[in-house]
Amino acid sequence: MAENGVGASVRRKEDNRFLIGKGNYTDDITIAGQTHAVFLRSPHAHATINSIDTIAASAAPGVVAIFTGDDLAADGIGPLICGVTVTSDDGQPHRAPVHPALAQGKVNYVGDHVAVVIAESLSQAKDAAELVEVDYGVLPAVTNTATAADEGQTQIHEVAPGNLCFNWPFGDKAAVEEVFTAAHKVSSLELINNRMVTNPMEPRAAIADYNAGTEEITLHLTTQNPHVHRLVLSAFNQLAPEHKLRVVGPDVGGGFGAKIFIYAEELVVGWACRKVNRPVKWTADRTEAFLSDAHGRDHVSTAEMAMDENGKFLALRVMTRANLGAYLSTFGTMVPSYLYAFLLAGQYSTPLIYSEVKAVFTNTAPVDASRGAGRPEATFLLERLVDVCAADMGLDPVEIRRRNFIPVEAFPYQTPVVQCYDSGDYHAALDKALVLANYGSFAARAEEAKSRGKRRGIGLSSYVEACGIAPSAAVGQLGGGVGLWESAQVRFNPTGNVQVFTGTHSHGQGHETTFAQLVTEQLGVPFGNIEVIHGDTAKTQFGMGTYGSRSLAVGGVAISKACEKLIAKGKKIAAHALEAAEGDIEFADGNFTVAGTDKAMSIEAVAFNAYVPHSYPEGLEPGFDENAFFDPLNFSFPAGTHICEVEVDPDTGEVEIIKYSAVDDFGKLINPMIVAGQVHGGIAHGVGQALLEGCRYDSEGQLITASYMDYAMPRADNLPSFDIDYAPTDPPDNPLGVKGCGEAGAIGAPPAVINAIVNALGVKHIDMPATPETVWRAAQSV
Amino acid sequence: MLTVKMSVNGKPVSAELEDRTLLVQLLRENLRLTGTHIGCDTSQCGACVVHVNGVSVKSCTLLAVQADGAEVTTIEGLAKNGVLHPMQQAFMDNHGLQCGFCTPGMVMSALDIVKRNGSAVDEATVRKELEGNICRCTGYHNIVKSVQAGAKSMGG
Repeated sequence: MAENGVGASVRRKEDNRFLIGKGNYTDDITIAGQTHAVFLRSPHAHATINSIDTIAASAAPGVVAIFTGDDLAADGIGPLICGVTVTSDDGQPHRAPVHPALAQGKVNYVGDHVAVVIAESLSQAKDAAELVEVDYGVLPAVTNTATAADEGQTQIHEVAPGNLCFNWPFGDKAAVEEVFTAAHKVSSLELINNRMVTNPMEPRAAIADYNAGTEEITLHLTTQNPHVHRLVLSAFNQLAPEHKLRVVGPDVGGGFGAKIFIYAEELVVGWACRKVNRPVKWTADRTEAFLSDAHGRDHVSTAEMAMDENGKFLALRVMTRANLGAYLSTFGTMVPSYLYAFLLAGQYSTPLIYSEVKAVFTNTAPVDASRGAGRPEATFLLERLVDVCAADMGLDPVEIRRRNFIPVEAFPYQTPVVQCYDSGDYHAALDKALVLANYGSFAARAEEAKSRGKRRGIGLSSYVEACGIAPSAAVGQLGGGVGLWESAQVRFNPTGNVQVFTGTHSHGQGHETTFAQLVTEQLGVPFGNIEVIHGDTAKTQFGMGTYGSRSLAVGGVAISKACEKLIAKGKKIAAHALEAAEGDIEFADGNFTVAGTDKAMSIEAVAFNAYVPHSYPEGLEPGFDENAFFDPLNFSFPAGTHICEVEVDPDTGEVEIIKYSAVDDFGKLINPMIVAGQVHGGIAHGVGQALLEGCRYDSEGQLITASYMDYAMPRADNLPSFDIDYAPTDPPDNPLGVKGCGEAGAIGAPPAVINAIVNALGVKHIDMPATPETVWRAAQSV
Repeated sequence: MLTVKMSVNGKPVSAELEDRTLLVQLLRENLRLTGTHIGCDTSQCGACVVHVNGVSVKSCTLLAVQADGAEVTTIEGLAKNGVLHPMQQAFMDNHGLQCGFCTPGMVMSALDIVKRNGSAVDEATVRKELEGNICRCTGYHNIVKSVQAGAKSMGG
């Protein structure tokens, strides 16, 4: 292993700037002459706009301009788009209502964008926004996921009768029904997956600058994928031609999915800077983030499992209603369909699976990917149902899992729901987790707790997820509008240091460190001489960005392939310089060597030679700078078992997590310190969903959890320290042998926590978030 | 408009401000000390924590004029001559940060926690005292470790 290479817990390159206050987040950027934008948002969930009067506001001090949807339309600025098509059961594509960046005649959720006020200062813009008079005709609101598509509900969009976006059945319904009819036992469960607000700590922001000389717009954004932003803003929104639009995602303070999407504010600010010929800056306050960031989850489901007399799973049937909000966000349709139903096999060899997803429109903020995206919903449903199955069959939750796990010898394993798992050893992870969690001695601890009037519970979750998104051909077959390869460029400078350009984007994941470790390992260049550059369309070639735990599994491989090209070219250069045959040159530890001799040349010397090619192989291009694109062969399938032990106070309903143990399979770890950090954060996110976080709209569509006073984020004293370990397998479909790790915790944790609470209380089910009130009520019911 | 004067990271500063200007706005906009962040609008998240006369304060909840005459320390004032403060170093050594957005507030709160609880502060106390600082990335596991490690090295 190279020093600071693969497998070392190297301290992060990015930390110094963040620790001394020298991070460069979007709101930290100030451009001379900048103006400030404030968005006037709808206070109503559903209303027609009869008129907008901006006369008084326009005359307010400092106001530069006020724009409405008509202004955008007049300039041919296109509506926001959804990039993935789902075919409904009538053979038609999903219903796609027009989604204007600024409302045109109608608003469809509280926080919907009505107008933008641009002024010299932020306070002037806020003051002026108060003076805009909008005459609304308030309409009844639809907010309930379960009933939005029912008869008699107000129809939100003309193009979507019954508020239905799509009804998407998947699997052999008749075959599943047949198995259910003949099954020894059917276990069933109704459950919700609670709506969440993703809440990266840095609120969204954008600052746009137009250069009239070059006719170029530069847009600094809180983005996880600058090139995707540029592509969509250019190709679909007509903001500017792609080569005249520069999108920069500088330091970004967390994303978790919420900063993938192309938002109204970004488009409007980008457009407005040219209209007013001044830089325009917008930063969300937290209330705006709650109102207008894409939300996550929000399913209502029924799940049924047919079993034989040994508790062997024969068939699974799932009916889900998924809330997509008022409009389709950029990838909104994909989350409750392909990212959900294709994960319903979980770790089990269930031969038949049928699912039906009704995706509905409501007068709520758009719903899209949020850490895990579809996979937490599938995992929660399945892992809760498996515990119900265990209870119905009189089996221990461990035993029923063991009986149904896909055995290690069955890999690669073709599930009945499209995915083909390339590697996994589910028994190994379970066994290790049981030891880590002291599962065998739980009964004694439960007894002891009982003597204190408390109830202990222990719960498992054996999850698998599909990440490392994604093979482009598969994406295309499913109706996705993009390819999901990744790009890399590895550039030696003449002095021998290295710049690595990646199409992924790091917003907390530590790519600047992990990717440098890959390069130092492969090329032997000292870690300190490697710089990773990302997040600027003017610096890096086209890349797809960071989401779906793809950066290492896809982007890392692209870097590795660029390094391979450098080594291949370096061999030619070294062969010439060392007067040997190319076939005799070996490369290891940063040196090109003539096999069997002590004749050698460092890769830095080769790089110099390539830039100063005075004596150089004939016909070979100068320069030492290679790029590569990698399109993955398959998804990546991290898996593991998480075990949560809780203590419930039946008198108060309070739940304390006593111990949380996680054993995951992420394949090979590049930086174990960073991986552990990803696991910790994911678990906390999942615990937040299970115990604390519930996004609520009232029946009129008012968001009643629009601040950190009302929406409970996990805090340090809600959580324990975590016990984590790994049970790796080697994924044959990934050239680096790695799997994604960023979302696993958020996927694995919610059912582990709820299974533990259910176990403590002796109830069948409890919905998330299991707040003290919910738990107390459940405790009283038994 | 009014004039406020204070010391920020040991340097005297003076600014003409609208009366309603918050301390965090003075720091970020007038003084361009952008290490202090704004993560919410209800004094919950703690990304804006600075020290005013040695006490940790949420600078989004204090008018600039309320800090008139005070000694203010921000995250930019901790490292000396390019050497990280032991608490900053502890965050680096223990991977106590990911996206970095909550980090300045975490470090400033951590220093206050150590000041009040000593260098042997236990995990439960750290967790309880960090209640006013929200992090979405780390699950707090490594932040708690960092605070304890930083406390220890500050104690010598």
